[in-house]
Amino acid sequence: MSAPIPDPAPQPGPVAALSIRGLAKRFGEKIAVDGISLDVPAGSFFGIVGPNGAGKTTTLSMATGLLRPDFGTAVVHGVDVWTRPLEAKKLMGILPDGVRLFDRLTGEQLITYAGLLRGMQKDVVASRVGELLAAMDLSQDAGTLVVDYSAGMTKKIALASALIHAPRLLVLDEPFEAVDPVSAANIRSILDRYVASGGTVIVSSHVMDLVQRMCDHVAVVAGGRLLAAGTVDEVRGGASLEDRFVQLVGGRSHTEGLEWLRTF
Amino acid sequence: MVAHLLRLKLTLLRNSLRRSPWQLVGMAFAGLYALGIIATLVVALVLLRTADPELAQTAVVLGGSAAVLGWGIIPVVASATDMTLDPARFTTFAIPMKQMLAGLALGGLIGIPGLATALVALSTVVTWFRGVLPALAALLGAALGVLTCVVLAKVVTTATASLAASRRFKDVSAIAFMVPLVLMGPIVAGVGQGISASTGFLPDFARTLSWTPLGAPWSLAGDVHAGQFGPAALKLLVSVAALAALAWCWKLLLERALVTPPSAGSGKRKGGKLGLLGLLPAVPAGAVMARSLTYWFRDPRYSGSLVVIPLLPVVLGFQGAQTGDFSSLAVLAPLSAFILAWSISADVSYDNTAFALHVATGVRGVADRLGRALACLAFALPVVLVFAVGHSAFTGGWSGLPGQLGLSLGILFTGLGLASVVSARYTVAVPLPGDSPFKKPPGNVGQTLAVQFGGMLVLLVLVLPEAALLIAQLVTGNSVFGWINLAVGTVLGLVLFVVGVRLGGKWLDARGPELLAQVAVNR
Repeated sequence: MSAPIPDPAPQPGPVAALSIRGLAKRFGEKIAVDGISLDVPAGSFFGIVGPNGAGKTTTLSMATGLLRPDFGTAVVHGVDVWTRPLEAKKLMGILPDGVRLFDRLTGEQLITYAGLLRGMQKDVVASRVGELLAAMDLSQDAGTLVVDYSAGMTKKIALASALIHAPRLLVLDEPFEAVDPVSAANIRSILDRYVASGGTVIVSSHVMDLVQRMCDHVAVVAGGRLLAAGTVDEVRGGASLEDRFVQLVGGRSHTEGLEWLRTF
Repeated sequence: MVAHLLRLKLTLLRNSLRRSPWQLVGMAFAGLYALGIIATLVVALVLLRTADPELAQTAVVLGGSAAVLGWGIIPVVASATDMTLDPARFTTFAIPMKQMLAGLALGGLIGIPGLATALVALSTVVTWFRGVLPALAALLGAALGVLTCVVLAKVVTTATASLAASRRFKDVSAIAFMVPLVLMGPIVAGVGQGISASTGFLPDFARTLSWTPLGAPWSLAGDVHAGQFGPAALKLLVSVAALAALAWCWKLLLERALVTPPSAGSGKRKGGKLGLLGLLPAVPAGAVMARSLTYWFRDPRYSGSLVVIPLLPVVLGFQGAQTGDFSSLAVLAPLSAFILAWSISADVSYDNTAFALHVATGVRGVADRLGRALACLAFALPVVLVFAVGHSAFTGGWSGLPGQLGLSLGILFTGLGLASVVSARYTVAVPLPGDSPFKKPPGNVGQTLAVQFGGMLVLLVLVLPEAALLIAQLVTGNSVFGWINLAVGTVLGLVLFVVGVRLGGKWLDARGPELLAQVAVNR
């Protein structure tokens, strides 16, 4: 086992909304992220795809200041996440995957709490909370405790909490998991408008089809390494993103074997 | 298949221990505690061998009945049953019902409560080792009794599974269970008095119980020893029939549970009520304070300790009434100050990964610390003041009030400051969000003990000045020491509070992500 070696890559470009260099993280014996460098252009709708356990969540956690990297840097709009965390976090809205929420608050209280924690004005928070609840189709359940929400509603309320301070960069880890198609369409149109007005969105997903339709840029991650990155058209090179992904990641077992499955 | 289920249970247990050596330490501590109780009971049962048969019969039947009753009641109110072999998890495997029942029942014996019950029950064989037949009857009775315990627990948990899955029931039952637990002392004393006042009644009571499923299995040996083979046969019939009926009920309930998984429905509720978040100042520290206070009332893991506080004077007062000496009431204010202040020393551990919101929003550590400490102070301060003043009013010893207040406020402020530092740096094993406060928390029990005891030791050192002043006043009787204590407790306490909040905040700013990674281990 070799230690991850930091990438001697050039300085991040000025247009990047997020620029990571040589990010690496090891948990015990397992290297979760093995030196990933990536530039996310400002104003892009950026998809990060990869198989389960590829290191997507770990990479995004390190890029957003939730998990300290062993090596490497992450810079958001020119602000280093790990040397100037408070400034960097002001620029970002984060939807982490697999973390709990303060679920003994009502949905409305939770979004308000996220806004107030960021030091926003009370009246600004109040008006935005109303609009966010309406946009997420949660107005009818605003007074219900989040612990009683369904999985999809919980995702939506967490997303609303990430949007409240109008960040310049949105980092969403698996935002559409368990979200119903109508809500997903609503969220996508919110995100599309956000990108059209100059915001940057990074989503991680393993639904290739969704990423191909929604994103303009994509990065393929597997085994803690970056396999490909660029515009969606560059990466897929004529094929569908899904086929290209399988080709890049490998590990597709051919349909030999399991004959007994056809014998009933 | 039965062997498979047992092996699964053992593997689960072993893997949970393998996660960290500290888990083993925690299990060892729980084991030692159980071992103490088991040893006491086993020795008592062995000693009963030489006792009068009537006395032995009464003790064994009453104890056995209490055990069966306990297995029936505790799983529901504590909602802390071991769900590693939850039948719902076997829905997709076509396991024949009979084998599943046998496997789950025997699996229920693996674990500390099951083994303890089995061991103690087997000791009754020694009690009745006064002949071959009574010993054999005791062995049969013990087997039947233990099986009845396990199956009854399964019936009760399966029947209430859908009820227990509702959050509201869990919350309420967890808090309600706290009350008898805290009042255990007075209850035991009361029952003890009742028993000693009516010793003649107990054998009759045991005789009646021995005809019910609760006591029947435990009474077999005594009856055989007394040569009453007819009643013994009838009681054997009662216990076997009861066990069969319970098993049949369990089978029916399980069949139903496997096809209707519990669902927790809840009504819709519109917003518009921000509660404390709308009332307190709209700054980060105010928001944290409002959130913490909301949790103190809504999360049973917090409100459980709130329920304890009003019961403290009841417990201490009862003790005073029994001995006629109310001096122990003097610890009321300092003790509640300590309990409340120290309760936030595990705050971030209680948040679990929800703490990610604080890291993600980049809220300043000082605001986080201050909000949590003020939330606790908001009700701890009035409680401590009321208890201290109430104590003086009750005893009429107003000259002791300043000293009492000095020590109590010193403990409260110092404790909050220290807890702010401790919870910014160390995580402890606590029940997960949504779990019962009584559930065995996952994770590092050894570290928990080290952090808790280490922290309390430091607190003890930090409040030494106040304690010394109080002792000086008690020894010299000079009330000037009391007034000095009030000043020292308030000023020194507040200084340490501010230092604690600032130091904790600084550590939190520096190590927020590491702290998040620590709590994420136990989710």
